[in-house]
Amino acid sequence: MKDQGKYRPLSYYQLMEVTLRELLVEKGLLTEEELRREVAEMTARTPERGARVVSRAWVDPSFKKNLLQDGTKACEQLGLEIPALKLVVVENTPQVHNAIVCTLCSCYPRVLLGLPPEWYKSRNYRSRMVREPRAVLAEFGLNVDQGIQIRVHDSTADMRYLVLPMRPAGTEGWSEERLAALVSRDCMIGVAVPRAPRP
Amino acid sequence: MVPARFKAGDRVKVLKAFPIGHIRTPFYIRGQVGEVERLCGAFPNPEELAQMRDGLPAQPLYRVRFLQREVWPDYQGSPRDVVEIEIFQHWLEAA
Amino acid sequence: MIERSHHDMGGLPAGKVEPVEHDYAEWERRVDAMTWLMRAHGITVDERRRHIEQLPPDAYDRMTYYERWIVSLAQAALQRGLITSAELARKMLEVEQRGSR
Repeated sequence: MKDQGKYRPLSYYQLMEVTLRELLVEKGLLTEEELRREVAEMTARTPERGARVVSRAWVDPSFKKNLLQDGTKACEQLGLEIPALKLVVVENTPQVHNAIVCTLCSCYPRVLLGLPPEWYKSRNYRSRMVREPRAVLAEFGLNVDQGIQIRVHDSTADMRYLVLPMRPAGTEGWSEERLAALVSRDCMIGVAVPRAPRP
Repeated sequence: MVPARFKAGDRVKVLKAFPIGHIRTPFYIRGQVGEVERLCGAFPNPEELAQMRDGLPAQPLYRVRFLQREVWPDYQGSPRDVVEIEIFQHWLEAA
Repeated sequence: MIERSHHDMGGLPAGKVEPVEHDYAEWERRVDAMTWLMRAHGITVDERRRHIEQLPPDAYDRMTYYERWIVSLAQAALQRGLITSAELARKMLEVEQRGSR
């Protein structure tokens, strides 16, 4: 596996990566082929997977009920491959807004949303989201009315979280695919809400 | 599997303890009282897994809901705002 | 005495959240993939987290995410006896002398 692009000396940690990889391959603990496959699978997992779950819940009330009851089972029912995922789906309503954080590290529903954005793993987000969620959400451009309860979910153990946002008004009769396009990654973390484009 | 001692709706208090090791109970929630939102199941104890032991018997894991204004005395948001955290049973006692 | 570990930062004062996106480099994706594959050889997420948490606070803050990950993976492999420091030493020299791969 060759790095593309201009030659630059490896950093200490990149050197460690090459070294460890080659040692583990030499010892037969993993193969370059397995590694390529794993990287490809990881890269193929994008927030569109999560958006598919959300848009299905918007159009199918019985799926939504199952999803809120047992997120893992509902995703399997949708035919999504979700290795080892223990999913809790939390629903936004006119009274409740949910948001996800991991204060201890960077727990994130990777199999539904892909690799987490840099800010999700940052000291600033991890430290402040749990104590001043309204201020942090405002920094994302989301002002949550004082009358709405905010539920912050600190992802500390084995469960992973997905926010089920509210379906925007004015999307009646839309297809699942069209709805899914409204659901961004940030909506499913809870730092944004989906909005229908103006007609 | 360790039997579950709590159920949804029970009031629980998080141990106000500060051991060493790999701990998944955040510092800010120790000593706080909350309400069990649900039992998530039982999972190998991460404190043991981190020391390369098997973490068995599996420990019940709960989602516990805390009022933000109780956790942070200077909390600025709505008095109804909450934080929900997964906590293993061995960190909880009845409140 | 109350011990608070450096990684356990919920509620501490910190700056504005900059909504920065990050294009994952190939080497970072490989670290991630290698880490998941090594679960098959017993390396748990929990022990890797312990190695990350045991980094000195200034190193924890200075290092990037996947720099912490590669060090924790190598530590875990060492501790489990899958590799030795001597092997790491020789291989690091070899890779360095070979230049960029």
